[in-house]
Amino acid sequence: MAHAEAHAHDGHDHDHNHAPAGIGRWLFATNHKDIGTMYLVFALIMFFIGGAMAMVIRLELFKPGLQFVDPSFFNSMTTMHALVMIFGGVMPAWTGLANWMIPLQVGAPDMALPRMNNYSFWLLPFAFTLLLMTFFLPGGAPAGGWTLYPPLVLQAGDSFGFTIFAIHMMGISSIMGAINVVVTIMNMRAPGMHLLKMPLFCWTWLITAYLLIATMPVLAGAVTMLLTDHYFGTAFFNPAGGGDPVMFQHIFWFFGHPEVYILILPAFGIVSEVIPTFSRKPLFGYESMVYATGSIAFLSFIVWAHHMFTVGMPLAGQLFFMLSTMLIAVPTGVKVFNWTTTMWRGSISYEPPMLFALAFLFLFTIGGFSGLMLAIAPADFQYHDTYFVVAHFHYVLVPGAVFAIMAGVYYWLPKWTGHMYDLKLATWHFWLSTISVNVLFFPMHFLGLAGMPRRIPDYNVQFADWNMVASIGGFAFGLSQVMFVWIVLKSVRGGGPKASARVWDDTNSEGLEWTVPSPAPFHTFETPPVIK
Amino acid sequence: MSIQKKLAAAVGLAGLAISAATFGHPESSLNLPVGVTPISQQAHYLHMLTLWVCVAIAVVVFGAMIYSMVKFRKSQGAVADTSIVHSTKAEIIWTIIPVIILVALAVPATKGLVIIEDTRNSGLTVKATGYQWKWQYEYLSQNDGKTETPISGVSYYSALEENSNFTRQLGSGLDPNQVENYLLDVDHPLIIPSGVKVRLLLTGNDVIHAWWVPQLGMKRDAIPGFVNEMWIQVDEGKEGTYRGQCVELCGRDHGFMPIVVVVKTKQDFAAWLAAQQPAAATATAATTASL
Repeated sequence: MAHAEAHAHDGHDHDHNHAPAGIGRWLFATNHKDIGTMYLVFALIMFFIGGAMAMVIRLELFKPGLQFVDPSFFNSMTTMHALVMIFGGVMPAWTGLANWMIPLQVGAPDMALPRMNNYSFWLLPFAFTLLLMTFFLPGGAPAGGWTLYPPLVLQAGDSFGFTIFAIHMMGISSIMGAINVVVTIMNMRAPGMHLLKMPLFCWTWLITAYLLIATMPVLAGAVTMLLTDHYFGTAFFNPAGGGDPVMFQHIFWFFGHPEVYILILPAFGIVSEVIPTFSRKPLFGYESMVYATGSIAFLSFIVWAHHMFTVGMPLAGQLFFMLSTMLIAVPTGVKVFNWTTTMWRGSISYEPPMLFALAFLFLFTIGGFSGLMLAIAPADFQYHDTYFVVAHFHYVLVPGAVFAIMAGVYYWLPKWTGHMYDLKLATWHFWLSTISVNVLFFPMHFLGLAGMPRRIPDYNVQFADWNMVASIGGFAFGLSQVMFVWIVLKSVRGGGPKASARVWDDTNSEGLEWTVPSPAPFHTFETPPVIK
Repeated sequence: MSIQKKLAAAVGLAGLAISAATFGHPESSLNLPVGVTPISQQAHYLHMLTLWVCVAIAVVVFGAMIYSMVKFRKSQGAVADTSIVHSTKAEIIWTIIPVIILVALAVPATKGLVIIEDTRNSGLTVKATGYQWKWQYEYLSQNDGKTETPISGVSYYSALEENSNFTRQLGSGLDPNQVENYLLDVDHPLIIPSGVKVRLLLTGNDVIHAWWVPQLGMKRDAIPGFVNEMWIQVDEGKEGTYRGQCVELCGRDHGFMPIVVVVKTKQDFAAWLAAQQPAAATATAATTASL
C-alpha cells in the first residue's frame, strides 16, 4: 500500500494522469475517481443480478399455474430482488456518482476521507457475497420480504444471521459514504463556492447524506433486535413474550420512508443539471429547488406509517399520517414546475441524457400521482399490498431513480472516458427502455385495482392477460439493458470521437467538472480553482 | 414528428398489438370494483375523485412540458432566453394551488376514514384468525340493537379448495383455466347476512396475515398478539359470493389462502346459523356434563 501510494505521489509530480498500476490500484484505492468507478461497476453487476431475479419472477408470473419454481424460492426471489436492487444497485450507483462528481463539482482535489472511502466501498462486495451465499444454505435465501417483518422473518433458516450481518455491513458502508460526502461538501469547497452556488447534484446528495446518517442506525437497531429475538431468546417483537410485531414496522418504516428519498433525491439533482444543460438555460428557481429538497427530507421523517394503514392504528394516527403524506405533493410539485419552466423558452436538444431526464420527468410524475392516490387512506385500504403499490414504487424507482442514473452516466461518461459514446445506439437504448418499462409496469396498475395481491407466485386466470403483458415488457426491458453495457464498454475502451472539456454544446452549466479536460486527469484541483 | 408524438405513437401501437392478442378473459377488469358495501363504494368514489384530479393536473403539466419540448426545439432555431431564472410570484402560485387541491381531497378522505373506523352498533361479531395457511372463523355474538346474544360453538376452518390445490402444485400438468375460481375458492366460506353491520375481529396465530375482499372494500392485518377490528355491511339485494385473498406475505403458501364470503339474506342466515348450532350446542352440553 505504501508502495502504491508513493508511486502515485511520484507520478503526480510529473504527470497528472499517472495512476498506480496493477490490482493494487483498486484494492488500495484512495482516489475518488477510482473508487467512484468501482462503485459504479459494482452497482452495474448488482443491477444485473437483481435483474436476473426479476426475470425469474416475470417468467413464473407469465401465465397462471406454477411452471418453474417452488413458492418458497419465488418468495426468495422477490425478497432478494428488492435487497439487491436497493442496497446493491441504486444506493452504490449514487455513491459512485457522488465520488466521481462531487469533488469535481465543488473544486476539491479528492473526497475528504479517502481511506474511509476505500473501506466503505470494499465492505460492499463482502456484504453482498454473504447475502447471495444464502441461496446455498439449508432453508434457502431469505423469503420473508425485504421489509423483514417479524414473526415471519424469524422463521428463516440458516440464512437469517447472514442476512442481518450483511445488512449491518451495508449500513456501515452507507454511513461512511454519507459522512464522506458531508465532510467533503462542508470543508473542501473551492474558495468562492458558496453553498448556494453549488450544483444541485451536490445539494441533493448533501441532504441525502444527512438522511442516511439519521436512518441507517435505526435500521441497524431494528435488525439487531431481530437478531437477538432469533438467537438469544429476547422478545422485542414476539407477542408471546410481551413483545410487539407492529413496533418493528414502525421502526423499520422510520428508516424505510427516508430511505425511499435517499433513493430519489440524488435523481432530482441529476435531472436539475441535465435539463438546464440541454435547454441551454439556467435552472429555474435554484433556491426554491434547494428548499423543496430540504422540505421533502423533513417530511420524509413524519410520514412513515402510511406504509402501515392496515395495521390498525388509532383514527388520529391514521389522519396525521394521511395528511402529512399528502403534503409531500407540494414540494414535489414545486420541483416538477421548476423543471418545466426551465425548458420554457429554452433551446432544447435531445441527446441521450436529456431523453432520460425527460422520461424521468413524465414517468416519475406518474409515480407521484399514484403516490397521492395511495396517500388517501380510505382508498389505500383497497390498494394496500396489491400490484397497484408495486406499480407505484417501480414507477418512481425504475423510470425514476434508475433512469436518472442512466441520464447521469450518459451526461458525464465523456468526461470520465474522454470519448463521446455512440449517441445513436444510446438513443436506441433510450427508446427501447422507455417503451418496455411502460409495458412492464403500467399494466400492474390494472392488476392491483382488479385485486391481485403482491408477492404471490400464482394467480387466478382473471389476472392472466396483464401479467403476460407485463412479463413481455419485463423481458424486453431486461434485454435492452445489455445495450447499455455495450455502449459504456465501447466508450471506456476508447471508441468514438474525442470529447472536449465542456463536452456538451452549452455554456450555462456552472459545474466545475466542465473546466477540467476530458478525460478528467487522475488528479484534479490540486490547487483550488478561482470562482468568479 | 416530435419526440413526444413518437413516444405516444410507439406506446399506442404496442398497446394496440397487445390488446389484440389478449383479453381472452372476459372477467378481467381494469379498475377498482364499486363493491357492495358503503365502505367499498366510498373507496371507489375517493379513488375516482383522486384519479380525475391527477388526470386534470397531468393534462396541464404534461401539456406545458410537451408544448415546451415541441415549441422550443434548438433544431427549429429556438434561442434560449437565459433571463428567466426566478419568479417569486410563480413560486407562490404553484405552492398555493396544490395546497388548495390537497385540502379539497383531504376533507372527503377524512370523513371517509371516520366512517371506516366506527365499528359501533354492529349486529354480528365474527372473529377471523389467520394461520399458515388458512383462516378460521368463529361466530361470537349477535346484537339485535337491544341485547347482545352470545353464539356458542360455531367455528370452522376455511382453506383452499381441493381442485385448486391439486392444480397449483409445481408440475401438476393441470390447466388452471379448467378450474372454476382457480385459487379463489375455499372448502368452507364465511357466511354473513346482508343488511347487517358485521364486525370482524382479526388476529393471527403464527405470523401476520391480512384479510381482504375487494368487493367489500376493507383490508386489515391479522397480527399475532393483537385483535384488530373492521366492519362490513353488505347492501340488501347484493347477496352472493365474494372472493379475496390473504394480502400480507405469510410464508410459502401465502398465495394459496383465499377468502370467500357468502352473503345470505337475514332469514337465510338465521336458518343457516340455527342449523350450525344444535350440533354445537349438544357438543358443548356434553363437554360441560363430562366436566
